Amino acid sequence: MRPVDRSNRGSALVVVAALAALLSACDPSPGAFSGAARATEGGAGSGSAEGLPAHAPARFAFGAEASDARVAMWDIDVRPDGDGLPQGSGSVQQGRDVYMVHCIACHGPTGTEGPNDRLVDNSPWDAYPTSRAIGNYWPYATTLYDYIRKAMPQLTPGVLNADQVYGVIAYILYLNEIVPEDAVMSAQTLPAVVMPMRDRFVDDDRTGGPGPVR
Amino acid sequence: MPRKEGPKISRRAWITTTSGVIAAGLVRSQSDAIKLVAQEVPAADPTKVPGRLVSELGRRASAEQPKRLLRAQELSSSSRTPLADLMGTITPSDLHFERHHGGIPDIKFEDHELLVHGMVDRPMVFKMSDLMRYPQVSKVYFLECSGNGGGVYSQTRMPTEVTVQAMDGLLSTSEWTGVPVSTILREVGVRRGASWILAEGGDAAVLSRSVPLDKVMDDSLLAYGQNGERIRPEQGYPVRLFLPGYEGNANVKWLRRIEVTDRPTHTREETSKYTDPLGDGTIRQFSLMMDAKSVITFPSYPYVLPERGWWEIQGLAWSGRGRISKVEVSTDAGRSWVEAALQGPVLPKSTVRFRHLFEWRGRETIILSRATDETGYVQPTVQQLWEARGPATSYHQNHQRAWKIAAGGEVTFGLGDMV
Ligand code: HEC
Repeated sequence: MRPVDRSNRGSALVVVAALAALLSACDPSPGAFSGAARATEGGAGSGSAEGLPAHAPARFAFGAEASDARVAMWDIDVRPDGDGLPQGSGSVQQGRDVYMVHCIACHGPTGTEGPNDRLVDNSPWDAYPTSRAIGNYWPYATTLYDYIRKAMPQLTPGVLNADQVYGVIAYILYLNEIVPEDAVMSAQTLPAVVMPMRDRFVDDDRTGGPGPVR
Repeated sequence: MPRKEGPKISRRAWITTTSGVIAAGLVRSQSDAIKLVAQEVPAADPTKVPGRLVSELGRRASAEQPKRLLRAQELSSSSRTPLADLMGTITPSDLHFERHHGGIPDIKFEDHELLVHGMVDRPMVFKMSDLMRYPQVSKVYFLECSGNGGGVYSQTRMPTEVTVQAMDGLLSTSEWTGVPVSTILREVGVRRGASWILAEGGDAAVLSRSVPLDKVMDDSLLAYGQNGERIRPEQGYPVRLFLPGYEGNANVKWLRRIEVTDRPTHTREETSKYTDPLGDGTIRQFSLMMDAKSVITFPSYPYVLPERGWWEIQGLAWSGRGRISKVEVSTDAGRSWVEAALQGPVLPKSTVRFRHLFEWRGRETIILSRATDETGYVQPTVQQLWEARGPATSYHQNHQRAWKIAAGGEVTFGLGDMV
C-alpha cells in the first residue's frame, strides 16, 4: 500500500483537481526479477509444509499465458488513486435520472428510506459512528465506482454504462453534500474527491500474544 | 423436528400379503422377494423384518435432521451451522455456514477460469483441470465470519434466549483440499515490490477483497475440495481462496481473478464493511485475523438439564494465529477456573473440542469458557473488549460466552447477568 496521506484530517470538503501525476504512478514497477524467485521474505519457502518437493521443476506451465486483451476484459477494479477508472463522465443531473430508474426501489427516494442500505448520511460523529453510510464512513469515493460497476443494481448488475455509473456516483455524493450540484464525475475528478472520514482509518494493531487487549 | 410417521402395517397383515404374492408365483428370485419386503417403515422389532437396501447416496436417520438457521431469503444473506447438534470438529458439508452477497452462482467446472495478473512476469489463465494438476495439499481449518457473535456485544441489551447456532453459527470446520497459492504465484513470477493481492469472485456481487501477499504466500490455498469431495456451490464451487485463520469474507468464493498489487484496493467489503470503529474516533481496517475464541456448545440454550448429577460440558475453541494451547472452564460464574480436556489432535487454525466433567448439584450457576492460543493470547471478557474498542464495533467479538443454569435446569445465555 502506498502510504495514505493522513495529514489532511477530514473536513467535509470538496476537492476536485486533476490527478494526472497520481494516475501514472500506479503502473507495476518494471523491475522484474526471476519468475521462479519469491517476492516476499515471509513467503512459503521450499521448507514449509505446503512447499513443493525439491525435485519440482522451476515451472509446470499448466495453464495458458493470458493476453493483454484477456486481462483487460476482467481487470475491472478501481483503486483510490483512480487506477482502473474508465473513460466517460456523468453529472449530478444525469445521475438523478439513473437513480430514479435503477436505484430508488431499494434505496429509497432520497437514499435514506431503504429498504436496503442507506446511501445518504453525513451526520458527523466523534468517538464512534451510529450509522455507517457513504457520507459519514466511506474513506474513498473511488470505491463507489468499483462496487456499483460490479454489484449494483442488485438484480441487474452490470447494466449501467460508464457515464451512468459516474452520474449516479455524482448524484449520491451530492446527496451526501460532498460535491456541489454542478459536479461532474470522471476518471479525473472522482479520485480527487476527499471523503470526510478518510483519515479516520488506521491499520490493524492486534498482534496476538499476552499483551493488552486491542 | 417431528418424527415422520410411516403407515402402520401390522406384522400379521404384512405376512399375509407377502405370502399371498409369493404363493401366486409373482416372486421368482430372492431379489424379487427382498424388493417386496424391504422395509421403509420403522419396524417394531428390526431383527424380525429385513432392512432397506443399498443406495447411491446415503442419508441421515429420519429422526436426525440438523438444519442451518437462515437469515432472510435474500440475495445477500447468511445461514448458520447448528453447532449444538454436532460432534467432533468437522462440519458436515451440507451444514457449513453460508454468507453470500449476490446469491450462489451456477458455475460449470469445465468453463471456470482463474486469471492471475498484475505485478507478475507472465499473466496466466488457469482452467480447473490445470489447477488440479498442480501438487495438492489437504488441511483441516476453521472458517469463521467476523460478524459472528455480533448479537451478544450490546452494552444495553444482552439476550438471554439465544442458541449457540444463532450466536456463533457462522463458524464451520472442514478438511480443505487445493493447491497452495504460492505454487501458482511461482508459476506467474511475482515482481519485486508487490505486497498485496486483490481476489475477486465470479458471483453476481463480484465480491472482492485485498489480502497481504505475505499471508497468501504463507499458507493460503486455492481450495477445490471440501471434506473429501469437490467443494460445494455454497462454498465457492469450483474454487475459492482459503486464508487459514482469516475472516470468512476475505476467503473469496467462486474465485475468478487474482491481481498482484503493491497496495490494497479498498473495496466496499474492506471499507464500508468489515472495519472496526474503535471508540476513539478511529476505524480499524484490514483486521483480517480471527483471534482466539471458545464457546460452550453443551449445555446451552434451550437445553434443560433434566436432573442433577454428572454432566460433560463441551465446546469448541479455535484461533486464527495457530494452535489452541489451553481452554479453561468456570462453573461458578468466573470465580474459579479449571483446565478442560482438549480432544486431540489439536491442529493449528482449526477448531478443537474441549470437555469438562461437571457435577451439577441443582443450584443456579453460570458456566464459562476461555481459550488461550499458542501466542499466549487469552480470550478476553466482554468488558475488556468494550474498554478496548468501545460499543460500536460489529466484527471480531471473540469475548468469553456464558450460560446460566437455573435451579430447574433451564439453560439461558448468561452474559447479561455478569455485566
Ligand atoms: C434490488 C434492490 C437493489 C437495487 C435496485 C439497487 N441496490 Fe444497491 N444495494 C442493495 C442491497 C441489498 C445492498 C447491500 C448488499 C450487501 O450488503 O451485500 C446494496 C448496497 C449498495 C451500496 C453499498 C452501501 C454501503 O454503505 O455499503 C451502494 C453504494 C449501492 N447499493 C448503490 C446502488 C446504486 C447506485 C443503485 C442503482 C444503480 C442500486 N444500488 C440499486 C440493493 C439494491
